[in-house]
Amino acid sequence: MSNVGIVIVSHSPLVAEGTADMVRQMVGDEVPLAWCGGNGHGGLGTSVEAIMGAIEKAWSEAGVAILVDLGGAETNSEMAVEMIGEPRAQKIIVCNAPIVEGAVMAATEASGGASLKEVVATAHELSPS
Amino acid sequence: MAALNLARLIAAAADAIAAHAEELTALDQAIGDGDHGLNMKRGFEAVRAEADLFAAKPLPEALKAIGTKLVMTVGGASGPLFGTLFMALGKEISAEPDRANLTAAFGKAIEAVAARGKSQVGQKTMLDVLQPVHDALAGEKTAAEIADIADAAAKATVPMKALRGRASFLGDRSIGHMDAGARSTALLVRTVAQAIGEDA
Repeated sequence: MSNVGIVIVSHSPLVAEGTADMVRQMVGDEVPLAWCGGNGHGGLGTSVEAIMGAIEKAWSEAGVAILVDLGGAETNSEMAVEMIGEPRAQKIIVCNAPIVEGAVMAATEASGGASLKEVVATAHELSPS
Repeated sequence: MAALNLARLIAAAADAIAAHAEELTALDQAIGDGDHGLNMKRGFEAVRAEADLFAAKPLPEALKAIGTKLVMTVGGASGPLFGTLFMALGKEISAEPDRANLTAAFGKAIEAVAARGKSQVGQKTMLDVLQPVHDALAGEKTAAEIADIADAAAKATVPMKALRGRASFLGDRSIGHMDAGARSTALLVRTVAQAIGEDA
């Protein structure tokens, strides 16, 4: 798919899946979408390995925007991007935006064929600077 | 500096983390989410399980591989932070480091951890142990002195107010508890200092 992909990373698999469900219902299937949540051992948290897997799943040559919830999700997402490495790493951006609103707005923008830069800018507009 | 027996060092580090896992968890329960001990133990047991594999590599490659293993197995926010410490150390260290090389590499590794955590010294994190240890390395302290400096630095996080990580959500209520990451860092520093002392 040529549209920018969206990855949702929450400490809670329920939040991540629910957010992805909102994106699917409100935006549709025109956007590559993947989510992950939980520490991989049944508890709250995020896993670098799971995030790398989600990025693979939502991969698009147009790039991938990642929406995260709390600090550890951001740290782990940045680590995952670094481990995926160049050349793909430069096409993956961790957004500074609220996870639910950011995912829906970013996916809406992406579904219209916007560039990664435009998708990320749309998500960032939701964050007070 | 004599060559490290890396397999023995890995076992000692995993032992130290396992022996203090409950203490680390208790510290993390006070101001974090209470999984630090378990997470660190899981990570270091995973490293221990492949100790011979790591020990067979040249030191820089071994450290990078250990860092990657920690990233993948520790989980939480500690995985990337401790993983980055080892990966960055591996990137900068030479195969047979002297003290100057170790000090310089350690300094770069601290910068990498600070960048990963978007944090700096004084915010009640592992950096508050790493930085004094770096200063002690640069300042000709002995291995035993460095281990004590690391312990004192971890204790010095007690009165600090957390400005990064989950503990920062507590604001002033984070004051009065030792940072779990600082404590585990001090444990690892003591283990390495002892190993270097024995092998020297």
